[in-house]
Amino acid sequence: MGDPLYTDGIGVAVVLITLLKVLVTFAFTLIATMFMVWFERKIIADMQHRIGPNRAGPWGLLQTLADGTKLFFKEDLLPNKADRRIFRLAPILAVVPAFLAFAIIPLGGNFDTGDGTVSIFGHRTYLQLADPPVGVLFFLAMSAIGVYGVMLAGWSSGSKYPLLGSVRATAQIVSYEAALGLSVAAVLLVSRSLSTHGIVSSQADRFVIDWNLVVTGVVPAVIFLIAGTAELNRPPFDLVEAEQELVGGFNTEYSSIRFAMFFLAEFMNTVTMSALIVTMFLGGPSGPTFGPDWLRAWILPLFWFFLKLVIFLFTFVWFRGTLPRLRYDQLMDLGWKALIPISLGWLLLLATIRVAQAEGWPVPIAMAIAIAVLLVGAGLLSLSLKAARRNREADAGAYA
Amino acid sequence: MPELITFILAGLIVLAGALGVVLLRHPVHAALSLVATLFGVAVLFVAQEAHFLAAVQVIVYAGAIVVLFLFVIMLLGVDEAEDLSIEPLTGQRPVAIISGVCILGLSLAALFFAGGATGAKGTSGTPMGGAENITELGRLLFTDYAFAFEATAILLTIAVIGAVLLARRPPGEVLADAGSEETATPKAGQEPEVVS
Repeated sequence: MGDPLYTDGIGVAVVLITLLKVLVTFAFTLIATMFMVWFERKIIADMQHRIGPNRAGPWGLLQTLADGTKLFFKEDLLPNKADRRIFRLAPILAVVPAFLAFAIIPLGGNFDTGDGTVSIFGHRTYLQLADPPVGVLFFLAMSAIGVYGVMLAGWSSGSKYPLLGSVRATAQIVSYEAALGLSVAAVLLVSRSLSTHGIVSSQADRFVIDWNLVVTGVVPAVIFLIAGTAELNRPPFDLVEAEQELVGGFNTEYSSIRFAMFFLAEFMNTVTMSALIVTMFLGGPSGPTFGPDWLRAWILPLFWFFLKLVIFLFTFVWFRGTLPRLRYDQLMDLGWKALIPISLGWLLLLATIRVAQAEGWPVPIAMAIAIAVLLVGAGLLSLSLKAARRNREADAGAYA
Repeated sequence: MPELITFILAGLIVLAGALGVVLLRHPVHAALSLVATLFGVAVLFVAQEAHFLAAVQVIVYAGAIVVLFLFVIMLLGVDEAEDLSIEPLTGQRPVAIISGVCILGLSLAALFFAGGATGAKGTSGTPMGGAENITELGRLLFTDYAFAFEATAILLTIAVIGAVLLARRPPGEVLADAGSEETATPKAGQEPEVVS
């Protein structure tokens, strides 16, 4: 298992290829982020009957570059009440995990007729920077570290609106991580692998039918998309930077390049999350291929990957253009009382089917029993929620 | 040799973090030092090829538990260093020093009798026969260690129920001082009022 590049010892060529991959991945994330900012502004503008950026470069393509340069040369402010060391540390803690998380995404390679490898200078290798044995868990670990960026930024600013923003952010991200993790578990269950390469390979046999989107029965994908949006603090879950209530949220006190780093991390995370959804549910770079080897191994998988990626990038922008922001209690209710129970139940159902198949039990009967048990669980949950609401109303009555 | 270098670097991170937890006066800085320690331990796990354990170490300890610590510190607004002259438990400091010295002595003794640090991979674990970490871990948890696993599950459930029981009030009870209590125990689903 693992990248075939490292199986026959590590020579100079292997080190150089790895360095090349690092450079390409780094450049790709930066360019993708730049493009994503422009894409979002342009699409949002279209949705709101505006023109959007159109000054810098053709169709305003270089607008982000101009903004970045401007931010870079602005004065870097440090609030008086700020905790200096942590104030400086926070943007770095936000941006580094954002870069690292993208390293595990398979960008290409022939999964249709081959084993997902490409040949670079005579060495077979995966078209992804790293394929750690823990795969998807690495992404979860990086997003766990990314929380510190937002959290410490708000706290160290020594100002109340950023603090409120970061308290919200932390509660939100920690809450939705559970639902996110449970829908990831559903994918791991059917793919039987943690590594992103393994997950893509398991979906590569037949177009669409073998995708985890279909195999896990759509629900985990939908939950992952919702929880992922919340994890990214993107609309409609952007309570972290609700400008009507919190000025700018956790990054209110930041300026210049430090602000740009938060901005960069946020959009980079959006790209990574879309890429991860594509990898886990839509078969990543796999898809029908034809023609000569260079077309099969290089062009078509990359084309499939980017096509799927753009669909989800558009979806995230579409959410922002369409949905109003949730209230805080609605956000928590959705996370704890809807998404987590549903994804947990669905995971148990998938596990039941797996066990029934492995043990040779009749699958429909096992399914029926599992559904009955889950319905009892759902009933108990709704009873307890009703009791909690009654108590709350009694409390409210006592105060009034 | 690379193993030894990794071991020494990760060990330095762990030690520096641990010292920071004890010595730094500000609770937030101390909590962040704890993150450094946990991260160093995760690196040591990777060096031992316990990849799954390393990932879980970062996700659970760094990503959830310390975040919870920081959340509480931020929520309660413990912004200034606490007065350290008060001892909540009598005699806790001497006991802490004694047990700390004992543990240090034990680890140094273990290191001495083992013939120094090498950073090499441990050989005392069960041979895994080429299976992935997580496969082997799952099999062991649900066969040999099923009892311990279930016991832990029950323990955690009891802890959750206990926490809920401690936090809830009898329905309809009017608080003596509604104004100050409300900020101290925010109800579920309400935005806690935090003003530092």
